[in-house]
Amino acid sequence: MAGASKAAVVDSRANLPFVYRQYSPEQLREVLHKMYLIRRFEEGAEECYTRGLIHGTMHLSIGQEASAMGICMPLAADDQITSTHRGHGHCIAKGAEVSRMFAEFFGKTTGYCKGRGGSMHIADVAKGNLGANGIVAGGIPIAVGAALSSKMMKTGKVVVSFFGDGANNEGAFHEALNMAAIWKLPVIFVCENNGYGMSTSTARSTAVKNIAERAAAYSMPGVIVNGNIFSEVAEASFKAVERARAGEGPTLIESKTYRHRGHSKSDRNRYRTKEEIEDWMANRDPITLFETELRDFGFIDDQGIQAIRDAVAKEIADGIEFAKASPAPEIATLQNYVYTEQA
Amino acid sequence: MDAALRELSYAQAIQEAMAIAMDMDERVFLMGEDIGVYGGAFQVTGDLVERYGTDRVIDTPISELGGAGVAVGAAVTGMRPIFEFQFSDFATLGMEQIVNQAAKMRFMLGGEVSVPVVMRFPAGSGTGAAAQHSQSLEAWLGHVPGLKVIQPATPHDAKGMLLAAIADPDPVMIFEHKLLYKMKGHVPEGHYTVPIGKAEIRREGRDLTIVATSIMVQKALDAAAALEGEGIDIEVVDLRTIRPIDGQTVIDSVKKTSRLLCVYEAVKTLGIGAEVSAMVAESEAFDYLDAPIVRLGGAETPIPYNPDLEKATVPQVPDIIAAARDLVKGVR
Repeated sequence: MAGASKAAVVDSRANLPFVYRQYSPEQLREVLHKMYLIRRFEEGAEECYTRGLIHGTMHLSIGQEASAMGICMPLAADDQITSTHRGHGHCIAKGAEVSRMFAEFFGKTTGYCKGRGGSMHIADVAKGNLGANGIVAGGIPIAVGAALSSKMMKTGKVVVSFFGDGANNEGAFHEALNMAAIWKLPVIFVCENNGYGMSTSTARSTAVKNIAERAAAYSMPGVIVNGNIFSEVAEASFKAVERARAGEGPTLIESKTYRHRGHSKSDRNRYRTKEEIEDWMANRDPITLFETELRDFGFIDDQGIQAIRDAVAKEIADGIEFAKASPAPEIATLQNYVYTEQA
Repeated sequence: MDAALRELSYAQAIQEAMAIAMDMDERVFLMGEDIGVYGGAFQVTGDLVERYGTDRVIDTPISELGGAGVAVGAAVTGMRPIFEFQFSDFATLGMEQIVNQAAKMRFMLGGEVSVPVVMRFPAGSGTGAAAQHSQSLEAWLGHVPGLKVIQPATPHDAKGMLLAAIADPDPVMIFEHKLLYKMKGHVPEGHYTVPIGKAEIRREGRDLTIVATSIMVQKALDAAAALEGEGIDIEVVDLRTIRPIDGQTVIDSVKKTSRLLCVYEAVKTLGIGAEVSAMVAESEAFDYLDAPIVRLGGAETPIPYNPDLEKATVPQVPDIIAAARDLVKGVR
């Protein structure tokens, strides 16, 4: 980008969507980088799974990258999140290294959970990710507890709880939202509504049209955003973080999005039409949308995009190599970490 | 009163432990239903809210699952919550957070976190509260690696084990028999701990080992006293902790007495008595046995309302006397 046109871009920012006014071009290009990293990480994990290098199962968030990145954008390094079984994107968005994530999926000691957790329990406590969760809505009360700690210890931390549309019909969701509201805790509830709880659509499972409407029952703001548009998600998250940080209590954000892949590796995809999936992939892909915007607004050019794609490809290849080369846990360590080791 | 003779009730001992812990450590706080101005359903928290305020003695909504999860989340992020389930039966409402989250979080995350939460469960029958407010579910939780499960049987141990639980880095579940709350006993002043995972021999004897838990410890001691006149010398082991279980104390006792009777209030089948029996049968103590191992546990029924039926559901002192006598005299 030439110097003159860059200045013009900056001057015209006032008319652009939120993130282009709020964040620097470097930060925004880094967002695109991270969105690609999430996408390619999951594609890489899927390929490793297909080739028999990773066992178990995994839940891919391909198609939901803008939601993870948008929500985490305004978070500080020591803010915390709880995540879900579809949590790879959240983990990367909060700052995890893909090499240690791959190592975890390969069940290696260098993985974030030393090979004990795998995809469904991926965590990065040092970066504030308190863990993905195999129980739908399991992380929501835990996030409220973390927010209670923040309030009691006066750390100023904000906690985000990610969950899916399926979780909004669990009792834990309702109990947790109520407590967060009565105690005005610094927590943000983020429902990534991808339309289906496993195979059951929200239309068939949920009495309200929009999950954000549930917020009214707990006297908190309920915000609906297009989860495939990074700027929209980040703007809603920014406001919710400000509100939480100011001691005004929780917010429920419904981020409407779509997963391109099936629920898990067992999905035969009998509940969605091919046309529906192809429509989302072709017309509402969050990475394509953001990349196009960045280019249209002059924040990046084709060369810059290619550089990001190349860098990500290398990170993924290096991450997989790191995982392959890492040591497997000794069987003798089976019972480690069940209890805290005491001197 | 002479400090050495100071007596407190079991409920007072627990309250004192919580107060001491809150004085010592600002991270310690209490959560539960009606534990504030109401003082708790069994007056265990009593007036603590007046001393420590509503920020540290937190009345929760009637939300056992959410409440347990909030306690877990607070524990993982640096606080030391003590969560009171109003009745142990309500553990069923919080099972997800106890079993899937609290117990497994450290393991699943490869040791990156600890979950120093204490959960208190008023348990057991004998109050006329019928089937949904009288159960003994400790063995359910005792089956879960990652949890520690304790059943203090005296006011002294209630205070000391609770203080040990609060200091423990892992989730500790305390089952408190509701009929013990009014039991009085010597409780030292100030801070002390009674170790988790260590059984206690309450009475030494040569003829029979009774391994008892919770309220059954006192009943076993009463039975032992009654059989003294018949020349039967009973050793009573108070298990105190069911996870991690102190097998060695039981095994050593059985090697000495050659007979084992397990007495517990929970439903007999698949309960703590089965575990203790199997531990002994698998150990070197098996060769010392002079009689089959006998279990006295709760009947295979929910706890009924009618007081006579209710009493008949769980082992009573005459039942223990009869079983012990039969075992020693070789009737069984």
